Amino acid sequence: MKKRIISMILSVAMTVSVFALSGCGSDSASGENGKLYVYNWGEYIDEEVIDEFEEETGIKVIYDTFESNEIMYAKLAQDSSAYDVVCPSDYMVQKLIQNDLIQELDFGSIPNSANIGAQYYESASDFDPGNKYAVPYCWGTVGILYNKTMVDDVVDSWDILWDEKYSGQILMQDSVRDAFMVSLLRNGYSMNTKNEDELRVATDDLIAQKPLVQAYVIDQVRDKMIGEEAALGVIYSGEAIYTARENPDLVYVVPKEGTNVWIDSWVITKGSKNVENAQKWIDFMCRGDIALRNFEYITYSTPNTVAQENIEDEDIKNSKVAFPDLSTFPTESYQYLGEDGDKLYNDSWMEVKSAD
Amino acid sequence: MKLFKNKKSAYLMSSPYIAWALIFIVVPLCMVIYYGLTDSHGAMTFSNIATIAKPGYLKALRRSVVLALASTLVCFILAYPLGMILSSMKLKRNTFLVTLFILPMWMNFLLRTLTWMTLLEGKGVINTVLEFLHLPTINIINTPSAIILGMVYNFLPFMILPIYNSLSRIDDNVINAARDLGANSLQTFLRITLPLSVPGIISGITMVFIPALTTFAISTMLGGSKILLIGNVIEQEFTQLYDWHLGSGLSIVLMIFILINMVVESIFDKQGGLS
Amino acid sequence: MMKKVFERVYLALLLIFMYAPIVTLIVLSFNSSKSRAKWGGFTLNWYVNLMSDEAVASALVNTLTIAVLATVFSTIIGTFTCIAMIGISKKMRSVIMGITNIPMINADIVTGISLMLLFRFLHLSSGFSTILLAHITFNIPFVMLSVMPRIKNMNFYVYEAALDLGASPAYAFSKTVLPDLVPGIVSGALMAFTMSLDDFIITYFTKGSGFETLSTLIYSEVKKGIKPEIYALSAIIFVVVLVLLFIVNRAPASKTNKK
Repeated sequence: MKKRIISMILSVAMTVSVFALSGCGSDSASGENGKLYVYNWGEYIDEEVIDEFEEETGIKVIYDTFESNEIMYAKLAQDSSAYDVVCPSDYMVQKLIQNDLIQELDFGSIPNSANIGAQYYESASDFDPGNKYAVPYCWGTVGILYNKTMVDDVVDSWDILWDEKYSGQILMQDSVRDAFMVSLLRNGYSMNTKNEDELRVATDDLIAQKPLVQAYVIDQVRDKMIGEEAALGVIYSGEAIYTARENPDLVYVVPKEGTNVWIDSWVITKGSKNVENAQKWIDFMCRGDIALRNFEYITYSTPNTVAQENIEDEDIKNSKVAFPDLSTFPTESYQYLGEDGDKLYNDSWMEVKSAD
Repeated sequence: MKLFKNKKSAYLMSSPYIAWALIFIVVPLCMVIYYGLTDSHGAMTFSNIATIAKPGYLKALRRSVVLALASTLVCFILAYPLGMILSSMKLKRNTFLVTLFILPMWMNFLLRTLTWMTLLEGKGVINTVLEFLHLPTINIINTPSAIILGMVYNFLPFMILPIYNSLSRIDDNVINAARDLGANSLQTFLRITLPLSVPGIISGITMVFIPALTTFAISTMLGGSKILLIGNVIEQEFTQLYDWHLGSGLSIVLMIFILINMVVESIFDKQGGLS
Repeated sequence: MMKKVFERVYLALLLIFMYAPIVTLIVLSFNSSKSRAKWGGFTLNWYVNLMSDEAVASALVNTLTIAVLATVFSTIIGTFTCIAMIGISKKMRSVIMGITNIPMINADIVTGISLMLLFRFLHLSSGFSTILLAHITFNIPFVMLSVMPRIKNMNFYVYEAALDLGASPAYAFSKTVLPDLVPGIVSGALMAFTMSLDDFIITYFTKGSGFETLSTLIYSEVKKGIKPEIYALSAIIFVVVLVLLFIVNRAPASKTNKK
């Protein structure tokens, strides 16, 4: 039977073959100074900066993006030589260190790392004791982005994401830790709890919320909120400036129950074949002017003091969204919970995602 | 049959492919089975396969089966009348029409799915048009209906082609004979046309059911990651949770479905005496 | 008469179902407003952006390179194996064909995963070569299934006669057997090429760092939010396919007419 289908399809298949003539050649050539495999979050850099790095150093950058820490981890665990330099979040740095997937940095070869504010290194020492492995790149909070023309209530609590009034108008994060952070905090628990009863409550809460949720997304929150597809969305603080610029009705708040303060940092993989180039990359990213350009493009808060000082727009320089006063709400950071903890969270998340 | 001087040279000539098939078809499948039957310490276990019985996983599997069956059924209902219409037409026109129906297949699979995302979104094209006409809007994006729609749109040609092929090969004389013997249209259809087209139907069903059962891209794109299918679960085990053993175990479960499908197809293939 | 009308309507409805979405995409690709809900006027900007988009260009080149190479290799391997099958015992033949059928019947996700496991086990760094190997693997069956029927129905008397008349085996083969196989080989190759172009799932599991084909690129773009450039891309692909289809359909028709 399939044979006949094949022959039917053939006449059309013919047409596509001409495609072949339209493009040839290969672009896998490496730069004069070798290659560098970079693995970063999606939409997390000014792409022109990459070109500039290539020009300045003669290193060919192979740039890839991931959607969540978990996806990144699975890739590295499979083959830590697949990338040279990666940009995971705090708890994931901890997990990578514990599983021996990243290497200690030679800070002497990364002089610009001194541009990063001391307080950020101090926060980073929570997940990277002694600051041996990671150089902070961006930091921020997680909060609710809402459209003030679509939401009448005061948005100051995670509870609003459970309000039936907004059924089908809510966007949740499609990543296990962020989703559970919301429901754990709402119930007054720690976002790093390993208590099964507490997690049970949080899981049931997320399942109860599911019918109200329009979609579980990550990077799409931004576009969907700008396009007014939804009224409320859980989002990283760094997107707030950008979204407000694109759609002035969008407002970012950190709920009173608190939030996760996160730091994404550059690390070099254990299996890296281009360690020197990776150091150059991190050093480049830490340069004041480059950090500033990245900040202006992606609008995620930079820990780079040189860049912070040189922000021209006073509104942004003093923005409470970009550079919040962390004493005004309770904060906590994700920690790596160990293999058992991961399993507990993953199983619970599976339960939420497969619920009707 | 003297193309080869002796059997040896024939075997020699086929050996590259035999080696290829062993390395890239047989060994990889054995690896899936090996991973599926061991835990992270390499010990034999059935727990990976048994995981499918856990509520969350079973739900995902059941949902996949239901959605795949539903979309297969819709495909069949849409494709059968079409096959009959096409096969009753003059040859020249129907080749053109058949080509027209399978043409969208040559657009990339993801682009076809993306299209429906654009159409169905809350503020998407369909709703904008409906609003303009002051009609009630529809909200099926991120629901099972949207996923079925996506599957039907993507896999309909797989159903149309085999049904059309088997219908167009029915000898007109057989049908005329039935008519001459006094059968009415319904009787002719039920006793002649339908039975003779069974192999095409079965072929169409298997060709739609398997990809629908195992997809993960359609459910991610049109289901807003809210509707977890077994394909999504397996994909996650490999790309996010880094549990190859569980992922392989669940793949073995899928292979059982495929096996059943194969058996069904081969039974009908023999009965139909095709090809 | 009623029946005719009903048939027409049904055909029209199904054609609308198949093509309305594609037409919409094409229309949107000229919409200057980024929003899908509003018509902001006619623009060619998305096409211009697309042309200068390096990621899309390299994904296109990758897709085509892989498709062409996979087609060439799978056609050669598949054809040679089919010819060799003539001299092989029936039992062995059915075993080989059975194995060959596996990738066609198996779910793509399982094929993709199984190959990924193999490549990891062999420590092949994933990327161009792994995708190519995977594509050759799932393409060979299409070639074989398209060449095999021709082999089965072939009679070799002409070939033997040629040998008797003093032709060398290679010469006799190329003059008698090969011409009969060509249509099957061509169809198989075309089928393989299409399958390669359209594949997403197997590529997704076997691709490595920094290597995207059109399918995987679109998938990751969609997850970031749909950009109008992608509409432009689909419009181009669709129009190219459509135009070529008409050309190809015309060509054989005129040939047969002359006969």
